[in-house]
Amino acid sequence: MAKLIDTARILRSKNAGPLYITFDIMFDTRGQLDTALKVINEKLIADLYDVAEQDVSIIPYEVVNSVKVTIPRANVSGDVLDNDIYGCQQHVKMACINI
Amino acid sequence: MKIIALNGLLGYGYSEIGLKNAFAQNPDVIGVDAGSTDPGPYYLGSGKSFTDMGAVKRDLSLALPTAIERKISFIIGTAGGAGSAAHVAILLGILGEVAREYALSFKMATVYADVQKDYVQDKFEDGKISAMGNLVLTKESIEQSNRIVAQLSIEPVIKALDKGADVIVCGRLCDTAIYAAPAIRAGYDPGLAFHMAKIMECGSMCSEPLSASDVMLGEITQDSFTLTPMNPIRKCTVLRVAAHTMYEQTNPYYIYEPDGVIDLKNSVYEQINEKSVRVSGSVLQPASTKTLKLEGTREAGFRTISIAGINDPNTIAHVDEIFDGVKTFVAENLSHIERGDYTLRMRKYGATPSDIANGCEGNLGVVLDIVGATEEISTAVCAVARARTLHYDFEGRKSTAGNLAFAYSPSDIKMGPVYEFSIYHLCEVEDTMECARIVYGGYKNGKAY
Repeated sequence: MAKLIDTARILRSKNAGPLYITFDIMFDTRGQLDTALKVINEKLIADLYDVAEQDVSIIPYEVVNSVKVTIPRANVSGDVLDNDIYGCQQHVKMACINI
Repeated sequence: MKIIALNGLLGYGYSEIGLKNAFAQNPDVIGVDAGSTDPGPYYLGSGKSFTDMGAVKRDLSLALPTAIERKISFIIGTAGGAGSAAHVAILLGILGEVAREYALSFKMATVYADVQKDYVQDKFEDGKISAMGNLVLTKESIEQSNRIVAQLSIEPVIKALDKGADVIVCGRLCDTAIYAAPAIRAGYDPGLAFHMAKIMECGSMCSEPLSASDVMLGEITQDSFTLTPMNPIRKCTVLRVAAHTMYEQTNPYYIYEPDGVIDLKNSVYEQINEKSVRVSGSVLQPASTKTLKLEGTREAGFRTISIAGINDPNTIAHVDEIFDGVKTFVAENLSHIERGDYTLRMRKYGATPSDIANGCEGNLGVVLDIVGATEEISTAVCAVARARTLHYDFEGRKSTAGNLAFAYSPSDIKMGPVYEFSIYHLCEVEDTMECARIVYGGYKNGKAY
């Protein structure tokens, strides 16, 4: 078992427009990606980020040993309750996923 | 065809060596993106820019005079940061200064992307507007919008090029249209053109080391395109280019554009030399119904904040209790202000009590964040909440002189109007030009005509 943050080469989040946050998880090898994909599923992400399972999108992008995860923002970018306009610190909730 | 991206955002800077090498390539087009919704709704709402105008002028001054002299088309997308008429006016002001200072002569097209509320109401009633996520559109939210723009695509840029414009200043424009339009107009494959444009629009973000503040060359041929960074310290790699394809996108295999979907399932990335990556196989699937993305904002009140630190671990341990008490106190003592006319929050940054190493000294940053219906309300609530938080008493308190360490006098900061997105929706159109308005003009020896 290893933490996602230790295995992944890149673990980043970013706004994709004002309504979504998208996460790029990149690995050095296809093997690491396959291992991660056994753990990273819609339910896990939905629980971590408090969103509905059917709103979670998980798309493997094998050409760069990566997986892209996208969720709707809890608050639209810049709304009174928003606390991360660019969404670039939202990846940390994934850091300690055990893979 | 050779197309240069100056950088990822006009005003973010770029290297002079990168520009020199770009001109040595004899490019056909120089493009630069000048805006984004990434910094949030304030800039569209307020009509202000998030880039510094001195920096914008520097980025223009270095490149524009040579581009004009050598008849290289110069295309600027999403002028002024958010691309409304107010933002276009800011950019035209800077462009005019550069034109005068260098006594430039060129034909110019200005593409406006502003959308009227009536247009949106009619489309809404006709069921032509669809949501893209958790933002609900209503007749009221359209009516409350203070500024609305459409993300235009390649068509107005192509039209302006057809009319012989040397410089094209666009309001809100899809980032990709800057670079895809001239390539598609010249007859190159739209799937390749859009994919190239998607990667280039961030400048040298697809290179190693990456930078949004540097120059990138995209060269498109009949069956592929090649990306090469113009600063010799950088190189494009297959990994970087393929990875950047999915940056800020919700799906790594599809890029959604007004004209259709770019299918990247069969894209092939090849390292052709130390610095360049060639891409082929990307295909445009034309949309049966064309859509434009509409962006609108409305005012959401006025914000006043107060920033302070808490170092006493005992106070940090009681911070939630303190803030609950403060909210109750504010409601009681500002009873002349309707409770629904403000939001009062405490944002906490820093260590939780369990993180405090020796138990003696902590460091929690707090921001009292008030959004009120008027500036008077937000300021009044902030003043009372700040004073009450400073002096709030709690069980076992030893630091009875005060709870907050202020770094600033004054302690309260008026942030002015707050805006929120009211519209971020797809609008079906008969013609992608229906939200575009093009004005032609130019400069002769630095004088506008």
